[in-house]
Amino acid sequence: MALLKGADEKSRKTLRFRFPSAPLFQITPNIYGRCAKMSEILALAADNLMSPIVLSFALGLAASLARSDLTFPEAAAKAISLYLLFAIGFKGGVSVADHGVDVTLGLSLLAGVVLSATLPFVAFMLLRLLSGMDRLNAAAVAGHYGSISIVTFVAATSVLEGRGISSEGYMVAVAAAMEAPAILSALWLVTRGEKGGRMDSQLWREILLNGSIVLLVGAFFIGWITGKEGLEEIDSFIVAPFKGVLCLFLLDMGLVAGRGMRRGRKALGPGSLAFGIFMPIIGSIFGLVAALALGLSTGGALLLMTLSASASYIAVPAAMRVALPEANPSIYLTLSLGVTFPFNLTIGIPLYLTVAQAMTGG
Amino acid sequence: MQTHDAKRVEITIERAMQSRLTNALQEAGVTGYTILPVYGGSGRSGEWERSGDVTRGSGMVQVVCMIRPERLDELLDAAFAVVENHIGVVSVVDCQVLRAERF
Repeated sequence: MALLKGADEKSRKTLRFRFPSAPLFQITPNIYGRCAKMSEILALAADNLMSPIVLSFALGLAASLARSDLTFPEAAAKAISLYLLFAIGFKGGVSVADHGVDVTLGLSLLAGVVLSATLPFVAFMLLRLLSGMDRLNAAAVAGHYGSISIVTFVAATSVLEGRGISSEGYMVAVAAAMEAPAILSALWLVTRGEKGGRMDSQLWREILLNGSIVLLVGAFFIGWITGKEGLEEIDSFIVAPFKGVLCLFLLDMGLVAGRGMRRGRKALGPGSLAFGIFMPIIGSIFGLVAALALGLSTGGALLLMTLSASASYIAVPAAMRVALPEANPSIYLTLSLGVTFPFNLTIGIPLYLTVAQAMTGG
Repeated sequence: MQTHDAKRVEITIERAMQSRLTNALQEAGVTGYTILPVYGGSGRSGEWERSGDVTRGSGMVQVVCMIRPERLDELLDAAFAVVENHIGVVSVVDCQVLRAERF
């Protein structure tokens, strides 16, 4: 409080000096408001950092960076990710069954597709500007930043649940819709240059019917069809243990991210690292603009911001290995998994939530 | 016991390319092969490890096939068309098999 007062006094003097006639009562509330907002963001960030979810991730990251032999069996990690996808899809479907369908659902899906297709162009320009990366690798990275990270999405829904903020259930479907268009944009960026990307029908099938999408959308429809009665039947399985399982999954993600950081650190320069931090913030602004245009709730706005800010590390890397094998996987995997994912999980989501609350009045 | 000459071809390739490789092998008339999971390794593209691999684009598998020596070129042509631009290793070793009619 003393610090805030001090800052306020200093600002008053500066403002008086520069604008002697400006009435103080118009200026002070803004400064107070800004300080209060900043301390609110810091408090929310600190609160988020101390959550079991983020601490589990930090444990995995630290263990991996310290070269501990802690590992997750491949089958266990797969089973946990299947559980999380089923639970989040099912709960989204139940929410839609509960609140009904409106025109915003269709518009949100469309907005998701447009965002996913547009963001790679922004990412491509920013990355070339910041790091001077070659066209092929910049396009491959850009594709990741148009697509989404479902784990970041799950973490954001968990933050909303923890604060009792509701969101549109169909955001799960928006997440699924945002997975693929970015890949097309990335390939278009490459074919404009010297080297062509390779897309075939098999790759299309693999992208559109990849296991994560099928399970997420399938569980969404099961939740939609069965509604609250369906949820009551299985809530002891998909509601109560959800956060604990998410902690375990994020422990594993921390291990994977740490491994990626260790192996890929040589592939990234300061410009690329700066891109990994700035791009999610820019993406979240695009998501916020879309959310405000659609009239989404605070929770919906946070989720669309998070989706726009996140970078894929499951579907897109696989597609890029097939379509753009000459691109260096160390660059795009390290950026999306080792830089942007930890940023979003620790600082990004609280920041986006505060902005979403301020802009939607939630 | 009677044994017969054969070639053992081992193709270590990215998991994302597995089905494309096996499809190409089948189109070339090579219907017998074995797919093995690969735990981890290190190469020109850096280190990689199977455990905790959430990114479907970064794992590797090994496709092993044994074939009569006269069919080797046909197999290698088909395999090379798929693996040419990708991370991986193709090796051929001489081996002996017991039941030649199966290869």
